Amino acid sequence: MFDVLISLLDSTVRLSVALLLACLAGLYSERSGVFDIGLEGKMLAGAFAAASAAAVTGSAWVGVAAAIFAAVFFALVHGFASITNRGNQIVSGVAINFIVAGATVLLGQAWFKEGGRTPQLTGNARFDAITLPFADAVRGVPVIGPIYAELISGHSILVYIAFAMVPLTWWILFRTRFGLRLRAVGENPAAVDTAGISVTWLRYRAVICCGILTGLAGAYLSLAQSPGFVKDMTAGRGFVALAALIFAKWKPVPAMFACLLFGFLDAFAIRFQGYSFPLIGQVPTQLMQALPYILTVILLAGFIGKAIPPKAGGVAYVKER
Amino acid sequence: MSTPYAKLPLWADYGLIPLINLTVAFLVAGFVVMLVGESPIEAVQLMLKGAFGSGRGIGYTLYYATNFIFTGLAVAVAFHGGLFNIGGEGQASIAGVGVAIVCLTFDSILPWWLTFPLAIAAAAIFGAAWVLIPAWLQAYRGSHIVITTIMFNFIAASLMVYLMVYVFKPDGQQVPESRQFLEGANIPSLEPLLGMLGITARRTPLNITFILALVAAFGVWLLIWRTKLGYEIRTMGLSAKAALYAGIGEKRTIIVTLLISAALAGMMSLNPIMGAQDRIQLNFAGGAGFVGIAVALMGRSHPAGIIFAAILFGMLYQGGAEIAFEMPNITREMIVVIMGLVIFFAGALENMFRPFVQTIFASIRPRSVGLDPKPAGEA
Repeated sequence: MFDVLISLLDSTVRLSVALLLACLAGLYSERSGVFDIGLEGKMLAGAFAAASAAAVTGSAWVGVAAAIFAAVFFALVHGFASITNRGNQIVSGVAINFIVAGATVLLGQAWFKEGGRTPQLTGNARFDAITLPFADAVRGVPVIGPIYAELISGHSILVYIAFAMVPLTWWILFRTRFGLRLRAVGENPAAVDTAGISVTWLRYRAVICCGILTGLAGAYLSLAQSPGFVKDMTAGRGFVALAALIFAKWKPVPAMFACLLFGFLDAFAIRFQGYSFPLIGQVPTQLMQALPYILTVILLAGFIGKAIPPKAGGVAYVKER
Repeated sequence: MSTPYAKLPLWADYGLIPLINLTVAFLVAGFVVMLVGESPIEAVQLMLKGAFGSGRGIGYTLYYATNFIFTGLAVAVAFHGGLFNIGGEGQASIAGVGVAIVCLTFDSILPWWLTFPLAIAAAAIFGAAWVLIPAWLQAYRGSHIVITTIMFNFIAASLMVYLMVYVFKPDGQQVPESRQFLEGANIPSLEPLLGMLGITARRTPLNITFILALVAAFGVWLLIWRTKLGYEIRTMGLSAKAALYAGIGEKRTIIVTLLISAALAGMMSLNPIMGAQDRIQLNFAGGAGFVGIAVALMGRSHPAGIIFAAILFGMLYQGGAEIAFEMPNITREMIVVIMGLVIFFAGALENMFRPFVQTIFASIRPRSVGLDPKPAGEA
């Protein structure tokens, strides 16, 4: 029973990492007043760029750099449309999702001729699990041993980076001048402008942060979670991340818990597929898969507290006309 | 909120600017084709040949266009009310369940001309039902329709897998789809009609749903520009505050607009289910709900524009298959890229070239942009 729980929590951690990075990415963007439906697309672009670069150079870190580059590029495209040109932010995000979904398969087929996949990555082109110090030594200790050796140790470096991003994001948003201004520009851009700070430049920096984090999320998917890129490998995670962001009410630490919850649902659905529970019987996998979305809708209905988005979210700032 | 841009003549607003945006989108698409090492000009030739080169090609082009007219109208009706219904895909999927229930129940009892109206009603009702909760949440709880309809797309996708595997799939069959419909659910093909126009089109799935789509387009035009409800929808879309001041019930209008929108998206399901496959399959909607966004943006939310844009996308779908067959470096995903580029340039960047066009107009004909310079010497 305890073993099952540990392995369930272990896969929860693995499955929440991409969600967490994407969710924090959305946090920067949306807190600055730029809605981002395109998390999915940027993550997919990152995953493809990471796997392609790692396949060609044989280095996982080059892959990460390529992922960040690709995702930041699309973040800037989104910024160009929604900040500079004051276009509809949702339309822009939808467009980016489609462009990336098509272009990754198209380029993948043209470059590698494997039906839109990238070649299988091995060795240094992937991120392997890191065994933390003393993990093997304490494995025998009851309770604490397995928790340290299985749950905390034995993940790839990107997992630790992702969880380190949570306190870092909190510190940036709530303890630095940049963070204060970023939050202010999402609530009342006119006030920020009056204080002599550029709304445009601030929002651009926020979408760049968003790009970096979605790039990391994509790199995790194709370099650590799977050995390479496959068509449409984000599989809606960008939207689950968006749901988690709403669930967390646009705050970093709750965002982590929301992503862990959604990751847990995913892990649970995989572990107990076709398993018959006492009293309720067999739970259809499809219900478990739909649960994050159903929970978010219930939350949006206002039954579990109210989710209030940043006030200026989705609205382009017009300085003067 | 007033538009931050000065006025242009109508023909420039509805003709020139969309044309510039589309041209740029297709130029970028051509660049992508070059990037994968193929010739864009050859690709266009192949596409036109695939889409219009044969009777069968024309049939398929119009068959795909039928789907996109419905989903495009669905997005457009919501746009007029200032709402973004991104859930067409989910609404069409669930509507398909309604169509399948009608067909599986009556296909052995009733003739097609009785089954078809029942199926139309079922498609509209099931589609509209799938937007009821998002619409109610938008109207009464202030949650954002975009987010809720995205969530409902995913819920619909899971529900469809469940229904296909556990409800519609006959015992002893592996493929997740229903049994084939009988005679009573076979709607007429439009092959004889194409034949009268001198086009021989054998084995195309084009069917009378295409006519229904054209009727729906006319209906949407009537609704938006010739009825009280349409006036209310447009007022709400232009200014929610003005609508409130004019005594238009905002909550009611939001819900009614979204119900109409989702019913139109739902009617798309008639075309593949009754017209082509004669059964309900998983993923029968095939992304048409999302193409509707591109079609509505490209058609400037006007039914005539939408029919034109839907045929263009039908051409891309059918001709794209031809390109993917002939050019080894190009896959069907090229269509998805083009769709994304159209959404980006015709939607998100619709105002990028406007200042430039305005400058030109202002220097050539100042009066056309509302400037009225005094003749020299009078000042």
